[in-house]
Amino acid sequence: MLPTYRRDDGTTHPPLLSPGYRSTVLRAPREQFVLLPHSLTEVTGPLLGEGRVRPEDADLTLAPGGEAQGQRIVVHGQVRDAGGRPIPHTLVEVWQSNAAGRYQHRWDQHHAPLDPHFTGVGRCLTDDAGRYRFVTVKPGAYPWGNHPNAWRPAHIHFSLLGRAFTQRLVTQMYFPDDPLFAYDPIFNSVRDERARRRLIARFDLDATVESWALGFRFDIVLAGEDGTPTEEPHDD
Amino acid sequence: MTTEFDGLTPSQTVGPYLSIGLPWPDGHSVVEEDTPGAIRIFGTVFDGAGAEVPDALIETWQADPAGGFAHPDDPRGATDSGFRGFGRCPTDDAGNWAIITLKPGVVPDREGRPQAPHIDVSVLARGLLHRVVTRIYFADEATANAADPVLATVPEARRPTLLARPDGAGYRFDIRLQGDDETVFFAL
Repeated sequence: MLPTYRRDDGTTHPPLLSPGYRSTVLRAPREQFVLLPHSLTEVTGPLLGEGRVRPEDADLTLAPGGEAQGQRIVVHGQVRDAGGRPIPHTLVEVWQSNAAGRYQHRWDQHHAPLDPHFTGVGRCLTDDAGRYRFVTVKPGAYPWGNHPNAWRPAHIHFSLLGRAFTQRLVTQMYFPDDPLFAYDPIFNSVRDERARRRLIARFDLDATVESWALGFRFDIVLAGEDGTPTEEPHDD
Repeated sequence: MTTEFDGLTPSQTVGPYLSIGLPWPDGHSVVEEDTPGAIRIFGTVFDGAGAEVPDALIETWQADPAGGFAHPDDPRGATDSGFRGFGRCPTDDAGNWAIITLKPGVVPDREGRPQAPHIDVSVLARGLLHRVVTRIYFADEATANAADPVLATVPEARRPTLLARPDGAGYRFDIRLQGDDETVFFAL
């Protein structure tokens, strides 16, 4: 019996056409999507990571030759499916700006310093219980030209493969109480307030390291198997 | 099994700097180029104004040439062919991407009906708040395509957008996010 993954009910993910975020206007498809039944191709997916991830890839503060500048933080959490089951040994990839709010990318011309000891990229595998942990620096807010005086709230990009093609997710983790939330069309593209709150890490005193780093917890929930059989479309 | 539903983590765009974190040096090589039977699938990503998209990422997932997956959820048994099945390639400044892979075999649908050779595709880009999903079919598999249960649900006039066409040394599969000849995207 093949697992069936629950389809998004339309309340969680942002609508592709969200004109407040200008880049969606010419890139969001306009035609109706065709329902894709979940065959073997969709319920399987790449189970990658062994041999691709080194333990030091989870520490973004230790580039060769020196230590990254900024407020050191620990970001950790658990990756589960929507049924609450942990997803073990799955690849978690992150990228982010440096503490001054600048990415190490040729297109980023923000007038903020580059940090020679911060590339802003990390990866790790979840453990047996679906847990992951990164050490990094808190990214800075930065201007992005979407509208007058547009600044992105501080965030870390997360990429997850899950264990099935249906579970693939790329998202952004935000920090508590950011004053820029109200003004950010990307954060606010998620229409449901409860869903939006799931993008915000919580301060985690238990994860802080004495005299060294602040801790934040960010749990991630991917699509899950459906508890009840669903009607798949038939063409007969 | 009844399970309590935990709210999903919402998707957010990869933004313009995805190439910091997502590409791998060997990402486009689902198999090595000198593997017998290796094919190159390539194309360009366009936006609704017909402009090339230089900040997209294409990911592919597919069966091996025997139609198998190296995955424990395949009830026929996970294959041990060593075939990774996964490709990942960012677009370049001209919106171009390419992967080197093997043509997938036949994979049954849930009713056991054969599906034509296909590759599942995720498209991620700045301006896409969530990945969009499409499928690559092969224009030179006309008989299998005509019997494919998924293609049959796609309006006939739009089916050509799902066909990779033999082109020189490989297959061309362009992706149009919006506008005339918009690629068919699927709801998962």
